[in-house]
Amino acid sequence: MGVVLGTFSMHTKQVNYRTDKVDDELEMTMVSHRPEGLEQLEAQTNFTKQELQVLYRGFKNECPSGVVNEETFKHIYAQFFPHGDASTYAHYLFNAFDTGNNGSIKFEDFVMGLSTLLRGTVRDKLEWTFHLYDINRDGFINREEMTEIVRAIYDMMGKYTYPALKGDVAKQHVDTFFEKMDKNKDGVVTLEEFVIACQEDENMMRSMQLFENVM
Amino acid sequence: MAAGVAAWLPFARAAAIGWMPVANLPMPVAPTNKNKRQDELIILNVSGRRFQTWRNTLDRYPDTLLGSSEKEFFFNEETREYFFDRDPDSFRSILNFYRTGKLHYPRYECISAYDEELAFFGIIPEIISDCCYEEYKDRKRENTERLMDDLEDNKDNKPPNMTCRETMWRAFENPHTSTMALVFYYVTGFFIAISVITNVVETVPCGSMPNQRDIPCGERYTEAFFCMDTACVMIFTVEYLMRLFAAPSRYRFMRSVMSIIDVVAILPYYIGLVMTNNEDVSGAFVTLRVFRVFRIFKFSRHSQGLRILGYTLKSCASELGFLLFSLTMAIIIFATVMFYAEKGSSSSKFTSIPASFWYTIVTMTTLGYGDMVPKTIAGKIFGSICSLSGVLVIALPVPVIVSNFSRIYHQNQRADKRRAQKVQKARLARMRISKAGSSTAFLHSKRNGLNQSLELTGSLEEDQQLKKTTSLLESQHHHLLHCLEKTTNHEFVDERLYEQGYLQTALQNFPSQSPSLSSEEGVTGTCCSRRTKKNIQALNATHTHSHTHNLQELSALHIHCGEQQPLNTSRSSLNLMSDESGSLNCKSSGLVTTAIISIPTPPSNNSRANPDAPPPPNPDAPPRPNTGSDVVKISAL
Repeated sequence: MGVVLGTFSMHTKQVNYRTDKVDDELEMTMVSHRPEGLEQLEAQTNFTKQELQVLYRGFKNECPSGVVNEETFKHIYAQFFPHGDASTYAHYLFNAFDTGNNGSIKFEDFVMGLSTLLRGTVRDKLEWTFHLYDINRDGFINREEMTEIVRAIYDMMGKYTYPALKGDVAKQHVDTFFEKMDKNKDGVVTLEEFVIACQEDENMMRSMQLFENVM
Repeated sequence: MAAGVAAWLPFARAAAIGWMPVANLPMPVAPTNKNKRQDELIILNVSGRRFQTWRNTLDRYPDTLLGSSEKEFFFNEETREYFFDRDPDSFRSILNFYRTGKLHYPRYECISAYDEELAFFGIIPEIISDCCYEEYKDRKRENTERLMDDLEDNKDNKPPNMTCRETMWRAFENPHTSTMALVFYYVTGFFIAISVITNVVETVPCGSMPNQRDIPCGERYTEAFFCMDTACVMIFTVEYLMRLFAAPSRYRFMRSVMSIIDVVAILPYYIGLVMTNNEDVSGAFVTLRVFRVFRIFKFSRHSQGLRILGYTLKSCASELGFLLFSLTMAIIIFATVMFYAEKGSSSSKFTSIPASFWYTIVTMTTLGYGDMVPKTIAGKIFGSICSLSGVLVIALPVPVIVSNFSRIYHQNQRADKRRAQKVQKARLARMRISKAGSSTAFLHSKRNGLNQSLELTGSLEEDQQLKKTTSLLESQHHHLLHCLEKTTNHEFVDERLYEQGYLQTALQNFPSQSPSLSSEEGVTGTCCSRRTKKNIQALNATHTHSHTHNLQELSALHIHCGEQQPLNTSRSSLNLMSDESGSLNCKSSGLVTTAIISIPTPPSNNSRANPDAPPPPNPDAPPRPNTGSDVVKISAL
């Protein structure tokens, strides 16, 4: 009987220990972040006050703590592409937005990125896209990086497509891209080559203007 | 798409800029926000309590009352607010649904009141989120059961047009429905009782015969007992046959427990009749009479409590199994120990381990007959340990069984569990549907050709007509997915079409579909049906007006026909289609025949256009808007 009581008491002690750890975890997630003032953001970006308000409301709704980590980002982005797997592309997007490379996106980063994409000059947009493609940030896009990106885009399509996705479809796409972009045929695309090639392509210029009225 | 992330749609669309350099095809036109007004606060006055929210929040769900123009009926001009004469407490959860995309069911709310509020505001209860869905369904089920019970008590008249067979079955299952059934019920009950008493009394020694030995009554009044037995078995046989006749599913009836009990109860009599009075088998025959006691189980049709007890035992099978298993383990252990402990003592009753089993069982269940007792000291010590542990081992699973019984007794519904299983399955199906819902929404709108509206330069009313069922949010989301399709030059399809398409590519080899096709010769050149589609894609970029005009008409036709026609794969003729289009007020009805014929001429020239199903098998009749799948394939995407 004494042995039984002894084992029971030991068990309760263990339970207490576990709840302590849970409390620690709770404390960490409660750290929240408040963005800079509205005026400062308005000065730094090309958005009006109302637009910033709308953006922040949406941002805060999904991430009450004020920062987005990669998991939440992937989860949000995946809601828009229910057919396939958007996590790889979301990962690259996250890295593109996370200019400070600290693993989380604050509202300021978010708004800066959006300002470039929606209200920036054509050159700014192309630079941003170049940085998105340049995964290792070495200033060049090589074939592997491009293949990664294209594969990530095709992943978003999912399995059920028409015509059915073949194995080398990404490779073909990358080859087409490099033919267009790589002017001096040295196997990598620099920022200048990219900008020039894009500005020559009428379709692309038209598509870039497509999202002007998103906000 | 969860409306909670609706605020992030602009971000997702902006991020689509990353696809632009990779895409080889031009992107479709974005849907414009016709109402460019600023987002405004609207006031909802619900029985005096004022709620305020953004107009955009309510617009997220255009098929509800608050999201559609239906709320204009409740607009109060003087106070510039929307007034609803409804319960403000329930309105809280409804408004939260718009804000967060999740509908919650508050526990304090009455289920029927809540249902009424949901119905008023045009929200279907199936979208209640998982945290509250179980509670909601349980309450709903209780409510409907209560209503059904009330209904059953009230209705005494049987529904008309029941066949004789159905009437009989109903009488058997519910004895209180008619007097005949009640009489039958009591008669059978009486005879079961008689039969059981007879079996019992048969063995009582009665008799003062001149010889010394007491003989049981059964042997003394053999004929009387035989007559009683015969009468009872007659009644039981007739009852069984009638039930068998009336049962809606005879096979299922024969497999049910009650019918097996019936058969086992009356079988010994018939076997006894058949067998002769052979001395060898009469021993076995006597054993068979034991089965007559099973007649007492027939009482379970008459007693609800007995049925519940049986059901409890069945549902606690695992606990009972555990009890048995642990008891067996303990018995073996203690029997071994006792045997070896008592081995030494003389004239010990513990002759073998199986012989010790009896002692162990009697001790563990604290019976203690005393026919076997240990004599050595070690034996006594182990014997006391045995009795103590017996108490524990038996006492542990018993409360579980007891609580089970009380739970089932209170619920008092055997079908409850089966219904719960169905709800669980339905819930899983519902979750799957909602997950697939967002993807099917896009495919659905494609099927309806709504994406065409982005390229049509149609009139205003066409746009309005097509846009009336989708919100701006949805159309923007679909535009985003459309851009992705253009980037990768592949289309989203559902599983069925994917499988079909896969089969086709396996069957015949196609020319490689290079995305960048020259546009001009597309329609007129020789090509397979698939290349036709690709060329149609390229055509949208160029401006061969007549062809695009025809295509627009074609796709407009598909929109209307696609919406109206049910999905059947019959190869209906062109004639049928033109008739339908005539009745559908198609603007292009006059051009139907020309549009259709102009497109298929290329495939007919081509010898390679083999008859495969999607896209069209028959080169002469490619667009079959009767099939929703074909609309997807052929329409200009």
